[in-house]
Amino acid sequence: MAERTLLAGLRQWLESLGHMASSKIWRLGFAARFFVYILLHSGTAFRRFGLTIREIYFAGVLSLIIILVSGLFVGMVLGLQGYDTLQRYGSSEALGILVALSLVRELGPVVAGLLFASRAGSAITAEIGLMKATEQIAAMEMMAVDPIARVVAPRFWAGVISMPLLAALFSAMGIFGGYLVGVQLIGVDEGAFWSQMQSSVDVREDIMNGVIKSVVFGVAVTWIAVFEGYDAPPTAEGVSGATTRTVVTSSLAILALDFVLTALMFTGGNAR
Amino acid sequence: MASAPIVEIENVSFGYDAGRPVLHGVSLRIEPGSVVGIMGQSGCGKTTLLRIIAGWLKAGAGRTRVLGEAVEGLDSKGIFALRRKMGMLFQFGALFTDMTVFDNVAFQMREHTDLPADLVSDLVMLKLEAVGLRGAAQLMPSALSGGMARRVALARSIALDPRLMLYDEPFTGLDPISLGVIARLIRTLNDSLGQTSIVVSHDVEECFGIVDYVYFVSAGRIVAQGKPQEMRRSGEAFVKQFVRGEPDGPIPFHYPAPGYEADLDGAGALSSLPAAPAIHG
Amino acid sequence: MKRATIDIWVGIFVAAGFAGLLFLALKVGNLASFSTAQAYQVQAKFANIGGLKVRAPIKSAGVVVGRVSSVMFDNESYEAIVTFNVDAQYKFPRDTSAKILTSGLLGEQYVGLEAGGDGVMLKQGDRLRLTQSAVVLENLISQFLFNKAAEGKEGKDGK
Repeated sequence: MAERTLLAGLRQWLESLGHMASSKIWRLGFAARFFVYILLHSGTAFRRFGLTIREIYFAGVLSLIIILVSGLFVGMVLGLQGYDTLQRYGSSEALGILVALSLVRELGPVVAGLLFASRAGSAITAEIGLMKATEQIAAMEMMAVDPIARVVAPRFWAGVISMPLLAALFSAMGIFGGYLVGVQLIGVDEGAFWSQMQSSVDVREDIMNGVIKSVVFGVAVTWIAVFEGYDAPPTAEGVSGATTRTVVTSSLAILALDFVLTALMFTGGNAR
Repeated sequence: MASAPIVEIENVSFGYDAGRPVLHGVSLRIEPGSVVGIMGQSGCGKTTLLRIIAGWLKAGAGRTRVLGEAVEGLDSKGIFALRRKMGMLFQFGALFTDMTVFDNVAFQMREHTDLPADLVSDLVMLKLEAVGLRGAAQLMPSALSGGMARRVALARSIALDPRLMLYDEPFTGLDPISLGVIARLIRTLNDSLGQTSIVVSHDVEECFGIVDYVYFVSAGRIVAQGKPQEMRRSGEAFVKQFVRGEPDGPIPFHYPAPGYEADLDGAGALSSLPAAPAIHG
Repeated sequence: MKRATIDIWVGIFVAAGFAGLLFLALKVGNLASFSTAQAYQVQAKFANIGGLKVRAPIKSAGVVVGRVSSVMFDNESYEAIVTFNVDAQYKFPRDTSAKILTSGLLGEQYVGLEAGGDGVMLKQGDRLRLTQSAVVLENLISQFLFNKAAEGKEGKDGK
């Protein structure tokens, strides 16, 4: 008798697990189709660029403060910690290289991406979700205006354009912060700081790869943000759940993509 | 001089999933120039009917002709073209909250036409004047009361002079004055602009005051239709209950539940369940 | 938000972003030197290039005169073919030799050019004849051990 209920319970649990997995896969497929639809209907976002510029303001400009301040602090911490470790091996002159490479290759795109996801990504999700909940999207469709072209696509492209700029500013501020701490505060040689950095940071391999990373993160974060907003159930809990999901999913996506991209780009060694 | 009906629905059925049909074999005709009411309980399928007319939903069976076109056969381009000739007023207005009243009303003109800015401005002022809100043109939607927001939404939906107007519960949640205003606007705009209007509502008094013809929907079927005065005199049980607002009738007061004694008597409630498997032993 | 204000701020933002990128490229990276300067390409074959990487510096008299642009393997002679981008302003004679050296004791490897005495200069596409491969640590150690063993044997024999 007891085994029957145990088996039934196990079966039910497996069924719900399978159902959850299949519904997640279904959702992923829907998200992919949504992504392609945005790309195909992006004409309006570019022909009426004012729409996109407005969204760049809300996504990019309003994120500037947090990006610049965080960049500065991250750079300063890198300077401190980096110096502490390097001077043990007598290589404190390599501080510039350490700070620059860490920021340009990894921390700039990744941390800026995470900050962007939590600030701008969640805002985009909430905005689109609320528009859907208050029937503004439906009203637009009734007026024969494609809401994806008019509302979603400008936000998407604004995110993709803003991300690399924000990541570059983050890295630049970070290097400045590392300079402040390393050279001004601790006393590492200024000439060594910059010259060693310049000879080790390659424009194509390090900086360009960092930019490529930030563009990829921009696409991923903004795609997730607009999709979650568009797909959110039209209730208060629905929109709040969607906003949370945006931040969590974007952050995980950034970290996973970072691993993949780093493995592809920085394999080190000889000719490709 | 019989002109073709603006909307013609024949035997339409619809269900959101296979097991839950919402509409069963509904047929109706809307004559041009008339204001027609579709009334019924919440959840009876009247909003679904409106959405099928607007091309939002595809009917499972039957034919739907709107403004002379068969809606089922249209692709998304065709539906968009059809919607240019229709206007819809949503239940709570659905104004774009990030634009002013002026920009909201100007929206369709700016999206669909290439009219110069001063012409657009004049048209917007005309429409706002028709609903009595010309002075509110520079306000943001958050600064408007419910009634005002709905009037602005009305001005927005008639911006391009549509031939067919759809009203989804326009009277919900309004104070008596705003109710009167909206009702009068629906009728006068319909007549002066030469439109045809469909009003979905459950407000009997306001609706009967302005419509020429009314359909009663219950459980996905049309149970009665006719002119408002006929409906007041109707002997049909559902119509009587609805029009008079009686608490009990074909729509029962009590939600289905097992016998009363079972719930009052504690042991009785448990004993009415099938034998639970033994938890011990 | 007025339209004009938004446009100004977005313009500032984009300009600042590009300035940041420019700062990174010029002050932080090595764009200011080399990549777009005029250069001619020269090839050299090595039996072993050790740890030489693409973009490693090519120095002569300690001054960077170019960068390694590619490293390939010749399947016929089983040697490495290294292509150098030498800055156009520096001309080297045809009999210049190339050695793979290490900066410091265990540092990065680079190519050292020693000018020869030939009157004719290297031009685009020429090949350097005289090359010296990298010193591979393992070979050095086994050489050392072999010598040590030979000394010891001699010593024993000699006695």
